[in-house]
Amino acid sequence: MTQRFRMSAGGAIDRSRRLAFEFDGMPYQGHPGDTLASALLANGVRFVGRSFKYHRPRGIFAAGSEEPNALVQLARGARTEPNVRATTTELYDGLIAASQNRWPSLAFDVGAASGMLSRLLPAGFYYKTFMWPAMSTAWLKYERVIRAAAGMGRAPGEPDPDRYEHQYAHCDLLVVGGGAAGLAAARAAADSGLRIILCDEGARVGGTLVGDDVSIDGLLGSEWIDATVRILSANPDVVLLPRTTAFGSYDGNMLALIERVTDHLAAPPPYVPRQRLWKVRARRVVFATGAHERGIAYQDNDLPGTMLAGAARTYVQRYAVRPGSRAVVFTNNDSAYAAALALNAAGVALAAIVDARGQGEITGTLARRARDAGLPIVAHAVICCGHGRKRVSAVDIAPIAGGGRRRVDCDLVCVSGGWNPALHLFSQARGALRYDDTLTAFVPRSPLSHVVAAGAANGRFGLAEALADGHAAGLGATGPNLSAAAPPHAEMEVGAAPLALWSVPAPRRGGKRFVDLQDDVTAEDIALAAREGYTSVEHLKRYTTLGMGPDQGKTSNMLGLALLAQATDRSIVQVGTTTFRPPYTPVTLGAFPGDERGAHVEPTRYLAMHDWHAEQGASFVNAGLWKRPYSYPRVGETPEQAANREAKNVRANVGMVDVSTLGKIELQGRDVAELLNRVYINRWDTLPVGRCRYGVMLREDGIVLDDGTTSRLDANHYLMTTTTVNAVKVMQHLERLLQVDWPELEVYIASVTEQWTAAALAGPRARQVLQAVVDIDVSNEDFPFLAFGECQVRTAQGAIPARLFRMSYSGELAYEIHVPADLGRAMWEALIAAGEDFGLMPYGTEAMSTLRIEKGHVVVGAEADGRTTADDLGMGKLVSAAKWCIGKPLMNRPALTAVDRWQLVGLTALDGAVMPRAAKIVADLDRALPNPMLGHVTSWCWSPNLESWIALALLAGGRTRHGEILWAVSPLADAKVRVRVGPPCFIDPEGERLRG
Amino acid sequence: MLLIPCPWCGARAQIEFTYGGDATLQRPAVDATETDWVQYVFLRDNPAGAHQELWQHSAGCRQWLRVSRDTRTHEILESAPAVEASPGDAR
Amino acid sequence: MKYSIFSLARNALSYHERWPLAWRSPRAKSRYDVVIVGGGGHGLATAYYLAKEHGISNVAVLEKGYLGGGNTGRNTTIVRSNYHLDPNAHFYEMSLKLWEGLSRDLNFNVMYSARGVLNLCHSPADIDAAMRRGNAMRLNGIDAQFLSRDDIARRIPNLDCSPQARFPIQGGLLQPRGGTARHDAVAWGYARAADARGVDIIQQCEVTGIRVDNGAVAGVETTQGFIAAGKIGLAVAGHSSRLAAMAGIRLPIESHTLQALVSDPVKPVLDTVVTSGAVHFYISQSDKGELVMGGDLDFCNSYAQRGNLPMIEHVIAACLALFPSFGRLKVMRTWGGVCDMSMDGSPIIGLLPVKGLSMTGGWCYGGFKATPASGWLHAYTIARGEPHHLNAAFALDRFERGEVIDEKGAGPTPWAH
Repeated sequence: MTQRFRMSAGGAIDRSRRLAFEFDGMPYQGHPGDTLASALLANGVRFVGRSFKYHRPRGIFAAGSEEPNALVQLARGARTEPNVRATTTELYDGLIAASQNRWPSLAFDVGAASGMLSRLLPAGFYYKTFMWPAMSTAWLKYERVIRAAAGMGRAPGEPDPDRYEHQYAHCDLLVVGGGAAGLAAARAAADSGLRIILCDEGARVGGTLVGDDVSIDGLLGSEWIDATVRILSANPDVVLLPRTTAFGSYDGNMLALIERVTDHLAAPPPYVPRQRLWKVRARRVVFATGAHERGIAYQDNDLPGTMLAGAARTYVQRYAVRPGSRAVVFTNNDSAYAAALALNAAGVALAAIVDARGQGEITGTLARRARDAGLPIVAHAVICCGHGRKRVSAVDIAPIAGGGRRRVDCDLVCVSGGWNPALHLFSQARGALRYDDTLTAFVPRSPLSHVVAAGAANGRFGLAEALADGHAAGLGATGPNLSAAAPPHAEMEVGAAPLALWSVPAPRRGGKRFVDLQDDVTAEDIALAAREGYTSVEHLKRYTTLGMGPDQGKTSNMLGLALLAQATDRSIVQVGTTTFRPPYTPVTLGAFPGDERGAHVEPTRYLAMHDWHAEQGASFVNAGLWKRPYSYPRVGETPEQAANREAKNVRANVGMVDVSTLGKIELQGRDVAELLNRVYINRWDTLPVGRCRYGVMLREDGIVLDDGTTSRLDANHYLMTTTTVNAVKVMQHLERLLQVDWPELEVYIASVTEQWTAAALAGPRARQVLQAVVDIDVSNEDFPFLAFGECQVRTAQGAIPARLFRMSYSGELAYEIHVPADLGRAMWEALIAAGEDFGLMPYGTEAMSTLRIEKGHVVVGAEADGRTTADDLGMGKLVSAAKWCIGKPLMNRPALTAVDRWQLVGLTALDGAVMPRAAKIVADLDRALPNPMLGHVTSWCWSPNLESWIALALLAGGRTRHGEILWAVSPLADAKVRVRVGPPCFIDPEGERLRG
Repeated sequence: MLLIPCPWCGARAQIEFTYGGDATLQRPAVDATETDWVQYVFLRDNPAGAHQELWQHSAGCRQWLRVSRDTRTHEILESAPAVEASPGDAR
Repeated sequence: MKYSIFSLARNALSYHERWPLAWRSPRAKSRYDVVIVGGGGHGLATAYYLAKEHGISNVAVLEKGYLGGGNTGRNTTIVRSNYHLDPNAHFYEMSLKLWEGLSRDLNFNVMYSARGVLNLCHSPADIDAAMRRGNAMRLNGIDAQFLSRDDIARRIPNLDCSPQARFPIQGGLLQPRGGTARHDAVAWGYARAADARGVDIIQQCEVTGIRVDNGAVAGVETTQGFIAAGKIGLAVAGHSSRLAAMAGIRLPIESHTLQALVSDPVKPVLDTVVTSGAVHFYISQSDKGELVMGGDLDFCNSYAQRGNLPMIEHVIAACLALFPSFGRLKVMRTWGGVCDMSMDGSPIIGLLPVKGLSMTGGWCYGGFKATPASGWLHAYTIARGEPHHLNAAFALDRFERGEVIDEKGAGPTPWAH
């Protein structure tokens, strides 16, 4: 198909190559340098989508990232992407796009019926209906209809195959925006030794200068860009980032940038990320972010073929595309005359330039040129409505004061309602704004210490003044006299002030005058909001959805708040702006986590002996970030059956479990015992060298924080173990106490959790196994319960040093052996070999849990759930009366010592029943709901040693209820079981086995 | 993202630190009343403006710092070691 | 004018030019029976129920900005009552029951959408905790179901339910009656209904001081002058500490930033609210098609209503870990709100230790869903001068008594809840 609207010459496109693309199933062609939007226009495609609420036909409205209409579904399959702006999508060969929000087709759309009902659907209509008694059903049904009708494009159905990466950067000066002002700023600051980053959202740096026929330092726009870019590129301190949008300004002058690395390529090279998220710390930032043109709200101003005047000029000059054949220009300011001149030069017939200002106010250089070119200027006039169905075919023109309308045929309407500096990022950086009556726009009130706006973003709309402003901003970064660059020079244009014109009365009552094309918000909606009292600008936004679409109101917000000001008889300053929120333009979700996705969304912590466990066929369980062996199933066994076998074997013979995940903290120094006295409830100054002791820590509020064993390795050297879950927390707790609260204590601490591998060897035959591999006497006499000693373990790789502890979690005779992590496997294998004759089996976390439940040992996170006191757990007697400790002052508040506290008990299931998972305890099954809960089961298991289901539980007044029969119930599982309350320890309450 | 000046490591990104809350709280004496402890543990001034707070450079030197930061703007006004001269300095 | 499909049709004939003001903008009188500080959902609801349930309509709601402009309009709109501890369960269930009839009660569609709230479980320990909570809910008369991984995969096809996931989904706790509501509509609906019962809503009126005479409140100093009132209720979550300080009271609260974000709008892909405690994440899809999501706090005291990039990255990482097919959607807008983070993660609703002064606040992450019950109970407490049995547990003195309501067991570290 030919590109009927492509001009034969000019533009920044490469006519020597043709790119094939597809839109809504039709094949078209364009050229390198095109965007999807310019290529569609070149092919005469003007109707590109349906609107959000009313499903009205829409065309291309802008030429940049402010586009509200031309959102398309790009590509297919896993790489499909909804809501892509055609105006910023670089054309590549084979590009496939489709229009959105229409069914079954763009031309015939069932949803357009909502347009016919539109009189019933003013802003916020849904708040006023669907409130019947059966509302929830009715609303849920209707809600589905609304949701299906809304929503624009479609999400992909498959995981994103592309990857994204992050880049951190630091610079002295970040210039955001590579138009005239941005380039001038970067050039002024270059050569001063400053590290500079300049980013620009376009494929090509230069902004609106690309293809422009202006003259800077005697060069055409594109020539000056190229010359400046050459200078900057040659400077090793300057980084130029095209296709990179600064989207957020965060604390500490950190700017977030998104670089589109491969989106413009038909076949991206492998190993290259699709996009790159830059986090730039800048000493200084220049926001040369330009300005956005805004529309004027007149009736049916949304017909395809209606476009911003600046956009029309860009299509002509940059893309060599005629966006129409016969144009009407509607303006309240000078800038549209540049568009008119460009269109005229491109051979587009100018039916009229409708200027709301009086003849005497149309005095600018550009207007004079238009007049000299013989273009028909209609002063003191407005467009009051558009005509046409799926594209504009005519407009009605009338005097601004009212009166006779005149119809003018056209297929292109170029509107300019004035310009808004793009101050999103400046404002995010806490820059304050002021309203400029002359420019009819918000501009920066004053620069910040490290952040300035320059050029059009600073309200300097003329080229000459934008260049000068940019140059000055660059010099502001270098300090005086450090730049050798001369300020770029362009011819100063005489401008005439714009007229504040926001809307034109609709000729037809109920006619739609669109303010926000993206979200289908009309001037009537704004009037309605004002009439109903939604008069704050935030109310307006929320009630009408103004500015809430993907464009975030770039072309509409100013118009909306001006109309609100009018409707409520306030000034624009009084109305104010809404807050600018990141991101400036929508940013791909995938870019934020970067490589932290899939398996890498969080680190996985593997045990030093993970491979051994895996080789033995262990089934693994996630414990926090750790992978731990759950059990070691043999052929034909389920993991649960294996755990039962393992638990039974520990009590009968001997087992070994990997306990390396326990937190380990080395403590050295004169005052360790004093520190321990302060952080544990029990006493530590009495612990002799070579002994271990169990301890409980409280939080400041008297609730149990953690437990573990601490051993005295030497006079001033201790090793503390913490629970797996609290390893980090306890370390941080101790560091804080030592650094902030008690700096007078001489204690040095270091976390050694990952430096040591630890195995617990438990069972009546543990001593025999251990004795076979260690070089010290581990008899009960020489190495009694709670002894610590150092030894050598004989392994196939030779003897390795180990720390040996006699402590027991299972309730059996047990030892813990710690060796340097990388020697863990050697130690482990030596013990496994030595245990062969004694029935040694490895066991996993499940058997470990079963054993400790049988023994009534508590777990932080289960029994100690952040609400339990030491006394609740039956450990009140551990609290030393002889000393103070953290948590002690608040431990005895009334509610913490009440008789009905939930206290630790043991439960035995009666009638041979299975203990339900996570059961609650009630006295009476048949009570009406809510049925008061007396407590809950905290840990439960099948006890292969007791041959029944048992549990630990927290029960109101539990210690006085031993012997009672209650119910453990799980309504979720529809299960209930009678349980007998008893003490928490089921096995060897006297501790003979572990001391034996 | 906050840029927190660590007295030992220089200005570092917020993600390297762990927050520790109000730094003005004075731990009561061990024999203080329960009421004193309730106030220390539970009550906060929670100012809008300059806030003295603790941060730990947990992914760095692991030192605790005392930072003054404006809670309305996030501007960091000052930072210093948690304790001016502690035996830890010599370690 | 009563809102209905008929009034909508009737007004369509007059091109919607005759809709009346949803609420008046009266000048503040010099004296009221009750002054409510804070024109968000909680304050407006308090005023509404004072008028409706207790016949007290000489009430002013003072709002320093615009009504609904604080956390009411900044949250992720989730409504649920899936709590473990009894005081929370009973309180939030009362709230959920009010939600169910709220649109009709207010004659304003707040778009409560009972689409279900699903808490995902990723490990045996997660399942234990979820089932323990679900069992408690059921015994408290609250709806709850445990879904298997297969149930979840069928219900939410976009969710990665494969065993290879970094946090594999092993089940989930569903509250079918949980869902979402339109946050702004709640403020507007209560404002309109309270106004209709004679409550004065005074916007752009900042309270600058609380006058206390002989241990009792006398009124408030405001940017519009002194307003006398014998009863003052604070409903200013995010700023509770600052207002309470005006009466000389220190609260067990810190203010922290919580961020949220929405994607660009897409056709329906998710019709359940999905949350994951393991990755600190929650998500739903709005009626406009945006995916609305949030996660953890920014972890430092703040009144700035803005946050930083790391938490946004974290939230999205969690999102894509669960929903890998959302990777090519785009972030459209991020924002922050200021949360009252209390020392036990639960709110404070009750009398303060100055006569005539009360508050509802300390909501941590979850104040939106509490709005109806918070207002109802706060109104009751103000009207009766004593708490209702449903908010007695949320009294300020629970900290000195040791009777905290610590759902998470995180202790007195407010940002850990």
